[in-house]
Amino acid sequence: MGGIKTTGDLVARMQLNKMRLPEAKRYVADKLGVSLLDLSDSTVMRTLREDLDIGVVTAVPGLSKGLEAKARIAELLDIRINCVERMKEKIGAPLR
Amino acid sequence: MPAVSTIITRMGDAATVEMTADDLRRDIIEGSEAAAAKGKVPVLEEREVEYLVEMFTSPSRIWGVERGHEAILTKDGSTNTICSSRLSSGVCAPLNREAAVRLFETAFAFDTMEVGHTDYSVKPAKFLASFEAQHLDLLQHVTVLPLFYGFMPNLGLYYRPDGPYPNPSDLLPMGKIDEARAAQEEALEACREDVVWLSRQMIDVAADGINYDTVASTGDADFLATLRACEEISSTTDLPVEIGMAAEMVLGFHGELEYDGVRLAGLWPHQQLKLVEKAGAAIFGPVVNTNTRKSCAWNVARAVTFVKAVTAEATIPIHPNVGMGVGGVPTCEVVPADMVSRASAAMIEIGKADGL
Repeated sequence: MGGIKTTGDLVARMQLNKMRLPEAKRYVADKLGVSLLDLSDSTVMRTLREDLDIGVVTAVPGLSKGLEAKARIAELLDIRINCVERMKEKIGAPLR
Repeated sequence: MPAVSTIITRMGDAATVEMTADDLRRDIIEGSEAAAAKGKVPVLEEREVEYLVEMFTSPSRIWGVERGHEAILTKDGSTNTICSSRLSSGVCAPLNREAAVRLFETAFAFDTMEVGHTDYSVKPAKFLASFEAQHLDLLQHVTVLPLFYGFMPNLGLYYRPDGPYPNPSDLLPMGKIDEARAAQEEALEACREDVVWLSRQMIDVAADGINYDTVASTGDADFLATLRACEEISSTTDLPVEIGMAAEMVLGFHGELEYDGVRLAGLWPHQQLKLVEKAGAAIFGPVVNTNTRKSCAWNVARAVTFVKAVTAEATIPIHPNVGMGVGGVPTCEVVPADMVSRASAAMIEIGKADGL
């Protein structure tokens, strides 16, 4: 489906929650406010992903990457991403 | 009399052949009927047969799904395609795993990716658990796509000479059925423990999922070990488990092993699905084996007939294995794009797969 070029990573995360493909696509489309066709349109999604700052496929300094992007994805999709939760725990843990 | 025009296509071993449209249509129908007879599942509908005929008679080298019908890709074999020498047709590029995973994410635009050891079985990989976990940990910081950790249960490595347990392959020809069964029952428990243990190491570094690959490669005992491990991980953690099979039918090396009261030997994909769902898996990857003596059209029709029966009943996403020798793809080291693209599209458009 195009991974982070489009919304393949987002739809995949919903499949990890045991959603079949049509349901996973509808969920992500609703959260992003786009049509089902737009989900796999790299032209539309390149701009939208930059606007939402959820990670883009080209190398752009200053945009969210890695954990930053996943933290925003977790909030956008209203899902739990374990590595994000782990980061929050580590950031919030006292030094001593 | 004018010659009948032919279409350039392939056999299941990737050899190029020329077939008429009638030959292709006949193969597609017979391939579907072959699956229906074995698995006791419905044959393809007429419109589905027509789609496959159109696909295989098209002169286009590459075939694809309609826009908007794209599906999700999960991966087995980790970065072996890039980093290994011929594993997964590996090209041994001068890259480490971290660089390779990032290439899969950006240059190849994969939807998900997997970290796994080059020696991709649980038995060798468990000794390197710390090293494996560290790679996954580092990659979780820099990647955006969901990241699995993957390995094969590969029960065969637990038998002599590779492992400590007596080998059923040696015992069965000697007529030592009880001893062969006992060896499998003991070995599968050791395998299950290792699968659970290695899976738990990846929870600590926040893997997005675990992939158990080529499940049931060593028959019903291998399948049982994996189902039990999946049940434990799924019920005690929030780690999604993907189970990808090794073959289309579970071989009854033991013959009497059961999961949830269902005998495992002889199960076809739509029957395997029920147990995989019961074990709590998040994604199921059925396999349909390629027959190298038949055309790719026959093989694809057979494969999608089996997969359609799986997706019709599934409550979890179905990602059929589409790679060398499975899912209608020819059995050869460097798989031809003309057939891979056709098999992949057929799985989604006809098989209603949620991914590959």
